[in-house]
Parts: sequence; C-alpha cells; structure tokens
Amino acid sequence: MASIPRFEPVTLLLFVLLSTALTISSGSGDGFTINGRVRIPQGLGTKGFALPGKISNVKVILNGGQNVTFLRPDGYFSFHNVPAGTHLIEVAAIGYFFSPVRVDVSARNPGKVQAALTENRRGLSELVLEPLREEQYYEIREPFSIMSVVKSPMGLMVGFMLVVVFLMPKLVENMDPEEMRRAQEEMRNQGVPSLASLLPGGGRS
Amino acid sequence: MAIAMAIRSFLFLLLLFFSSLNPILSLYEDQVGLMDWHQQFIGKVKQAVFHTQKTGRKRVVVSTEENVIASLDLRHGEIFWRHVLATNDVIDGIDIAIGKYVITLSSGGSILRAWNLPDGQMVWESSLQGPKHSKSLLLVLTNLKVDKDNVVIVFTNGRLHAVSSIDGEVLWKKDFEAESLDVQQVIQPPGSDLVYVVGFAASSQFEMYQINARNGELLKHESAAFSGGFLGEVSLVSSETLVALDSTGSILLTISSHNGKISFQQTPISNLVGDSLGPAVITPSSVTGIFSLKVNAITIFIRVIGEGKLEVLEKTNLKTAVSDALSISEGKQAFALIQHAGSEIHLTVKPADDWDGNLLKESIKMDRQRGLVHKVFINNYIRTDRSYGFRVLIVMEDHSLLLLQQGEIVWSREDGLASIIDVTTSELPVEKDGVSVAKVEHNLFEWLKGHMLKLKGTLMLASPEDMAAIQSMRLKSSEKSKMTRDHNGFRKLLIVLTRAGKLFALHTGDGRIVWSHLLQSLHKPQACQHLIGLNLYQWQVPHHHAMDENPSVLVVGRCGPSLDAPGVLSFVDTYTGKELSSLSLAHSVAQVIPLPYTDSTEQRLHLLIDADQHAHLYPKTPEAIGIFQREFSNIYWYSVEDDNGIIKGYALKSKCTSEVADEFCFDSRELWSVVFPSESEKIIATVTRKLNEVVHTQAKVIADQDVMYKYLSRNLLFVATAAPKASGEIGSVTPEESWLVAYLIDTVTGRILHRVTHHGSQGPVHAVFSENWVVYHYFNLRAHRYEMSVIEIYDQSRADDKDVWKLVLGKHNLTSPISSYSRPEVITKSQSYFFTHSLKSIAVTSTAKGITSKQLLIGTIGDQVLALDKRFLDPRRSVNPTQAEKEEGIIPLTDSLPIIPQSYVTHALRVEGLQGIVTVPAKLESTTLVFAHGVDLFFTQLAPSRTYDSLTEDFSYALLLITIVALVAAIFVTWILSERKELQEKWR
Repeated sequence: MASIPRFEPVTLLLFVLLSTALTISSGSGDGFTINGRVRIPQGLGTKGFALPGKISNVKVILNGGQNVTFLRPDGYFSFHNVPAGTHLIEVAAIGYFFSPVRVDVSARNPGKVQAALTENRRGLSELVLEPLREEQYYEIREPFSIMSVVKSPMGLMVGFMLVVVFLMPKLVENMDPEEMRRAQEEMRNQGVPSLASLLPGGGRS
Repeated sequence: MAIAMAIRSFLFLLLLFFSSLNPILSLYEDQVGLMDWHQQFIGKVKQAVFHTQKTGRKRVVVSTEENVIASLDLRHGEIFWRHVLATNDVIDGIDIAIGKYVITLSSGGSILRAWNLPDGQMVWESSLQGPKHSKSLLLVLTNLKVDKDNVVIVFTNGRLHAVSSIDGEVLWKKDFEAESLDVQQVIQPPGSDLVYVVGFAASSQFEMYQINARNGELLKHESAAFSGGFLGEVSLVSSETLVALDSTGSILLTISSHNGKISFQQTPISNLVGDSLGPAVITPSSVTGIFSLKVNAITIFIRVIGEGKLEVLEKTNLKTAVSDALSISEGKQAFALIQHAGSEIHLTVKPADDWDGNLLKESIKMDRQRGLVHKVFINNYIRTDRSYGFRVLIVMEDHSLLLLQQGEIVWSREDGLASIIDVTTSELPVEKDGVSVAKVEHNLFEWLKGHMLKLKGTLMLASPEDMAAIQSMRLKSSEKSKMTRDHNGFRKLLIVLTRAGKLFALHTGDGRIVWSHLLQSLHKPQACQHLIGLNLYQWQVPHHHAMDENPSVLVVGRCGPSLDAPGVLSFVDTYTGKELSSLSLAHSVAQVIPLPYTDSTEQRLHLLIDADQHAHLYPKTPEAIGIFQREFSNIYWYSVEDDNGIIKGYALKSKCTSEVADEFCFDSRELWSVVFPSESEKIIATVTRKLNEVVHTQAKVIADQDVMYKYLSRNLLFVATAAPKASGEIGSVTPEESWLVAYLIDTVTGRILHRVTHHGSQGPVHAVFSENWVVYHYFNLRAHRYEMSVIEIYDQSRADDKDVWKLVLGKHNLTSPISSYSRPEVITKSQSYFFTHSLKSIAVTSTAKGITSKQLLIGTIGDQVLALDKRFLDPRRSVNPTQAEKEEGIIPLTDSLPIIPQSYVTHALRVEGLQGIVTVPAKLESTTLVFAHGVDLFFTQLAPSRTYDSLTEDFSYALLLITIVALVAAIFVTWILSERKELQEKWR
C-alpha cells in the first residue's frame, strides 16, 4: 500500500463539525461505550468467493483482542465499559481488507468522537467502517487463448523449431558463401557457449 | 546445424522459462484441498441445549471451554454455525428463547447476546452492569409469555435483571447489594410467575427472596440462620425443598420453606453411608425429588420424601455421570445415568418418581482411550409407535462429544483437538519390498487418459464434467494418504498433545487420526490424580542405528497444577500409539532440555531441570552417563523469572549430594544473572532459535562481491521488556510513559550483545528468532500502529577472511574454534516497518538444508496465516537501492509491509482461535510443511521460493510428450529435407 501520510484539512474540519454523540456515550459503569457500524458496500463481494451479506462471521476487535464483538443484522456493533484513552479497533472479515481505526475516548468531554484510519490517516466523521479493498485469495486462471499456448515455453519451443526448420534453410540459401564460411569459422573458434556461463543472473527469479 | 541450433534455442528457452517465474506464491481456487486440509472443532462442551421440537432440522446448541458457541446437526454432528468469543469472554450460560434465539451470557455475566438459531447471526447484545462481583446465572422463563416474548432472567454482579428476549431491552432490575449476599440459585417454580433468589449471607445466614417476574417487585423476604455455616452449592430438590452441606461437609441440610417459614433438617452423612469417608460434594442436578452426593469415589442417590426425610436409593462405587432432568410429559420427568463397567458404559434412563422403573437400559462398548464420561445431556423423541425414545449426548474425558441413540454411537467428534498444547512430528514406516500398501498403479492407458484430461484442463478446453473428473481425480489421489514414508518427505505423522492429556497422531496427507492414546487411562487413576500434559519431545528417532526399532516420543507431564508437583514421563511408540513405558518421577519438572547427543539405540539424552535447579538425566542408563560425562562442562542452560525480572544462567557442578544416592542427578551452579530494574522494565517476551534449525552457510554474499558473516550462535536469547505501566492493554498508557527494550543476550556468558529501546511503544510482543536475525512485532503508540522490527547480527571477527591470499597461505581463522567465551565482535543492523494487523502468533519456515529463502508466517488477529517474504524485513533495504543491490534482490524501502491477499497460506479459510504455527521441513529442500492449530486445524505445504527442485502438481506430462514427439518429427523432417537438398546439390 503506497500510503502518503497527509491530513486533508477539509476532512478534518468536517469531522470536527459532524462529530455526533452517536459514537461514544458514557455508560452506567466506570467506562464508556463505543458504538459504530461496519458497512460493506453493495457491489463489492458480488464477484469471487466472498459471500455478500454474510456478516454473521465478521468480528470487530478492540485493542488486539481485549474485546471481540459481532455485528448486528444492520451492521452496528458496540463495545461496553471501555476506559478513556486511545484505542484501536480492527475488523476481521474474510474477503475484505479493513484498515484498523484509532478511536480516542476522552474523559473530559464525553461524547466527542475522534476516529481515524491508521493505514492512510484519514479522519472519520462518524464511526462507519468500510473495507479499503476486496481481497482475492486465489490466482485467477487465465482463459484459454492461442496466445497463451504460443507464449508457453513448450509453444515457444515448437515455434522456434518451425522457424529453424523452414526459415533457416532460406537464410542459409541467401547467404553469401564467403560470409557463410566466415561465420562457420567464427563459430568453431567460439565453441558452443557452456550452460554455466549462462546461469548466473538467470537463475534468480 | 539445425540440431545444434535447436539445442541452443532449447537451452535459451529453458532459461527464459525459469527466469519468467512469478515471484508471488499463490494458489488457484481449484487447488484448494490438494495440499492442504482444514478441520473445524469446538472444544469440550460445557453446556448443551437441544432444539428438536420443530419438524425442521434437529440441532443442539453447545457452549464449550474454548469459548465457542455452536449449533450442531443432531443427525451427523456437523457444525451449522459457530462463533469463537474472545478468550476473556467466558461463556457462563446458554439457553434458547422464543424458539428461535440462542441466548448467551458471558464475560462474568456482563454481556448478554442473542443469536439467530438458523444462521448464527447476532441479533442483539446487551451490557449488564452491577454493583459488585458475583456468580452469574441465566434463566429463560419459557412459560411466562408476555406478548409472545420470553423474559430472560439474569443474575449478575449482585443485580437481578429481566431482559426481553426480542430486543435485549432491560425490563426491570433489582439490586441485592445491601447485604453481603452470596446468591446461589435463581429458581422459577414451574407454572408460576414468581422467581426465587436463594443465597447465603455472612456464610451462616440463609436468605430467600420471592420476586414477581413480571415487574421485579419484591414480594417476600425470608431468612434463617444456621450456626454450622454452608459449603459450596445448594441443590434444588423440589419447589420448596433445597439441600446443602454444612461447612465441614459432613452434615446434610434439608432446607424447606412452608408458608413463609424456613426450617432446617440435619442428617449426618455417616448415617447415610455407614461410615463417613471424607467430605461430601453435592452434584448439581435438577431432577425433582432426587439429588446425588459424592463421597470420595462413592456416588449416593438420595430421595427426599417430604418433611426432610431422606431415603438412600442407590450407593455405587462405579464412575457415574448424571444428566439434568428432562420433562417428558405433564409433570413427569426423566433423567439419564451413565455408569462405567470395564470397557462398557451402561446408560439408564429413569423416571424421577420411580427409581427402579427404568425407561431405558442400554450397554454400549466404549473405547478405553476416551476415558470417563464427564457430562451427560438427555433429549427425547417420539418414535413411530408413539412411544418415547431417548438420545443422549455425552462428553468424555478426552473432550470428545458423542451422540448415543438406540444402543449405538451415532456420531462422535474429536473435540480434544481444539486445545492442542504441543506438536511434534514423526516419520512413517519405510515401505517394505513386496508388502506394497499402495494400489497397483493403474495401467498405462488410464494414466495417459488422466494426463490427457489434465492437458485439456490446462488448455481450458475441458467441459464441466471433465473438470469435475479432474478435480475428483486430484483430490482422491491415494498417494498422499499412504501409511508409508515417501521420497519427498511430505507424508509424516503429526503427534499432538491436547489439554485433556491425550495424544493424537494425525496423517499429514489428509489429517485423519491414525491413532490416539489417553495418557491417564481408566486402569491407573490412583498414580496421579490430575495429570497435566506439558510437552512433547522426540525421544527416539532411528536414523542410522537401531533401524528395527520404532520411533518414539517423550511426553512430559505434571501431577497437579502447582509448579513443584512431581513429574510424569511417558514414552509412546509413534507407529502404533502404544505406551512403551511410563515413569512417575520423584522430582518436579521445571524445564526439559533435549541434549544434542544420542546413545547407541538413538535415544536422545534429555536433561530435566526441577524446581530446585537440580538436573536429572534421562534415559537412566550407564551408557547415557558415559556420553554425558564427556560433555559435562559444555552444558549450559538459563531460566527466566518473569515476575522478578531476572534471567539466570546455569552450568552443571557435581553429582547430587542427597541422602539417596542417584548418579543421574546433578547439582547446578549459577553462572550469571541479568536483573532488570523492576521499576522501569518488565519481561514480556523471550524467544530463542529452534534447536533443530539447519543453516546452510554462515557467509552472506552482498552486492559488491563482499561477504558478511552471520553471527550464528545457538545460545542467543531475545528478551523484550516493557515499562511496567505499558505491559497492560493498548489505550491504558500515553506514549510518554511507555517504552519497549529489546535485548540480545548470550545465554552462556550472560553478555548483552545488543540493546535497543523503542520509545513510545508497548507490547504485546510476538517474536521469532532464526539464523542470525530476530523479527518482533509490537505496538507503536505514537503512530498508533503496529510495527515489526528486524535485528540482524553479524560477526565482525571474520570480516578479514575475505582475502583469498590469506586462505591460500593458511593465515585465515576459519578453523579457529568458536567459543561463547571469546569476546565477540558483532555488529547489528536493524530496521522497522509498519504492519497493519494485530498478531496472534509468528513463525518462520524451515527447510531440510536451510538453502531455500525464508518466509515469516504471521498469524493475524483475523485467524488467518500470512506468508511474508523475509526479504521485506531486510535491514539493508533503502529507498533507492543501487543497481547492484537490486540485482541482489533488495526491495526498495517502504514504510509499511505489504499484505498481498494471494500470500495468505490459509487462503479463504480461518483457523479459528489460532494458537500456534509449527513448521517442519520436508525432505525436499524447497518445501516446508506448515501446521497451524487453534480451535481449528490447518495444514499445508509451502514452497517459499517455489518448487525449484520438483515439477509442480499441474505439470502436464502429456504436453511434454507431445512436444518431444513434435521435436523428433521435426528432426526427421529437417533431416529428410537436408538429405534431399544435399542430393540436389550433388546432382547440380
């Protein structure tokens, strides 16, 4: 991920203005409650294996496993009894890549939201988490085409053979006998290049 | 000439072919299941609720000790859905409300959740708070219907809540904080809308509250004092009678309440049993009128016949398990009873009101390796002839789950595998000539047909039926699950030790259980009451000598939970799963050190360190002592005391000076100690290199034909310490007051070779040590992101060995011995990168010769395993690498590590509750075997630098054949053409 750390002033302004009491509310106990929502946009997840709407297997994780919660049918989640401080929320969903979110729970002014994606430092006006991208776990098999056969090593080999068989005699034919003799001489001097001299540099993938 | 050209072109193409390999390691979707397998488990069942009333799918909802809540198919035992809760979110109770929601109470009673029964979707979640910590109890009032709603009564943290089961709204709550009340039970008499809360106050006061379940109004409060005090649980016998034990456990109290009066009846247990053998325990049960007592090994069933009169129904010394009551018809209850008798278990279903009127009596043969029955859950069904049938779900000592019906085991689940504590591997037997286990290779035609199909597949010409045929052909290939050793070393046995103290051997080909062995079997329970399995070691690996012996593993266990409890050793044959011998030790086991020496039968010498730092040598043979004496001065070890922040190094001193002569026991002496200042540093992680790791070369050739020498020492220890404040959770400290210090310590001398401080960072630290590098993962509070750092350590004393002339003239120091005592001239290089995810585990691939490049295997918080090339964690990465460095394969520096979805080893699967990742080298250098375990198991083969030494699975032999035929034909054609041409030349 080529992420360029930047703060967009517009976003920052927005998120100060739009911060609502929805996200964090002080609970009855000693801590606060963080409410949020995971939204997987329609359209994503329609191709490939990822099952759209299968949100029952999505987990929301606070501080690397301190608390784990699940999504309600509407995508909302909440963490109860969270102390004031800066926290990290991660979403684990097969098929999607979510950026962890930094959430500040302030003891002084409860109800104030401060959330930002840690991957690209984008501020969030409300705690709605969306996947950054879909994850495709499998290579996709290229559909059959003549080019893929021709391009495959075997195909190239056969192709080269054909060239040698049908074009080389023609080339030799057109060659000047003088030049031909010189080329043969040269080749004799050089010898067939050994495999070893070809290997270094080529063996590394 | 044409042929010479062809050869040249062939070579050229071959090179082109190898150099054009795609560096990303990945999998096609149709390759899933070829090399890998995935098994899902749930763990030891704590509680089970049946859901069989509806005509639809019959299911049972279970909660387990691995914090799993799952819905199982009652017909086959398969998982419909499953959720793994966080490790600190322990499930206290489950139940089903309004026929479609599973209600779970967890986290010490503070979280109440409802799950949709058909698909496992969470419906609502409520947080329940209370004034003080207490027992948490869950009760669903199914017969109290308020607008088609069931009321869920939860007692938690000293407060009684009534919660609506439709949306999780709290209807009313009532505090019990006034008194020092210890609530034991919440009872709802059937058919009423009253709830009784029963408990003890100040340990000798019995309290009873009557509450209206509709509005939480306190209707009545009664209390009575009993001078003897109470012990443990109360058991409800009928709606107005309870039984409890006094504080000595020798007197049985019958508590009955009549019209607001509480009365006690005392019955000494010795009256019931004859002679009292010790304190009794009431087994919790819910059968009306009957309760059971356990006195030592004797189980007594007692009926209460009104007014506190007791009648002993049965006394038995057989191992017994009782289920809860099941109401079968109006006012009738039944319960199941299981008793062990030899290799059989006897299942009886009795009605609650008639002890001798058995509804069902069956005997089922039970595998001894499953141990005792721990829990029984009963359910009934109506047979076709309108009579009642019973099915019983039982949980065994080895954590397996079985369904019994009509005298048979309908299905069983090996859920012990959800809690693996240690893993080792064993080779399979060598295939003997003549006794081929394999099927006779199908004939040539079949073989060609298979390859033609494959060819069609690769050319994408195959029809869907063909594709299906190919897939099934690949999956059922008998090769991979054969019970013999293979040439590539892919087939092995994974020997795993579970928390239940059971050993399993899993075949790496398909993950099936080859054998299993319960360490504490029925026949000798007296030797060790609470055996805890600790570790597994390879004891005997016949290699060059003793080839006719089977390999064996050493299981180290402990009798009881305390650290100085005596140890137990068990030696198990890995081919058959039979216990060869077992030893009950006189000393404790604090540490086990496998020594790098073997005796003439290839038994590995092991040194067991006890809690008093005495070393005990095993096997106890004179030969072992002989080998050991030779290496006496070369044996060092260390111990880490996390609590005190001390690391100590030890060496052997002399034979033990105890009254009992023991020539296998040795005293130790402390060589060094590193004390971390307790006010600023706390040890949070230590890691060393794997003992059996193979390193190919010490030299590392870098870009400008220069050589660096890796500092390879087996005695390096990586230690991470954190500020005491910062050893808690993320979010509890500010960056200013947290720091993390990483050390590299030589464990022979105690010398600190390297120390680095990460300011503003905190744990948890996950680290892996291999060759000359260590990679560790921690949290950076300033950036609020996870980071991974790499430290590489190089030996400088060899830096001047590069001169060829010195080598020729013999002035080099390559042959000088390496000693930890010589002061090492080392340099370290390190670099840090951001990493997105939290970690659960980290490991590194290991191959047979250590030539193949390494990959880190990262177990993420989402229970996936990510393979990350070690080249991404190379301290020599820079933003603009030079041309030479690029050729060497150095990747330009980026601030964060890439996460390529195709390099998830677990592809689209999850290894729920991931605990550990184990890598084992195959014989084939390019390949490593990866086993990830948690609640689920996952196994795969991995080739970190691609399979450069073998053909891939989808290599098409048919295409190769066709190409060869074409080439031969072409050669002939050219030959004929050239002949003809020559002839023409000659005629001219």
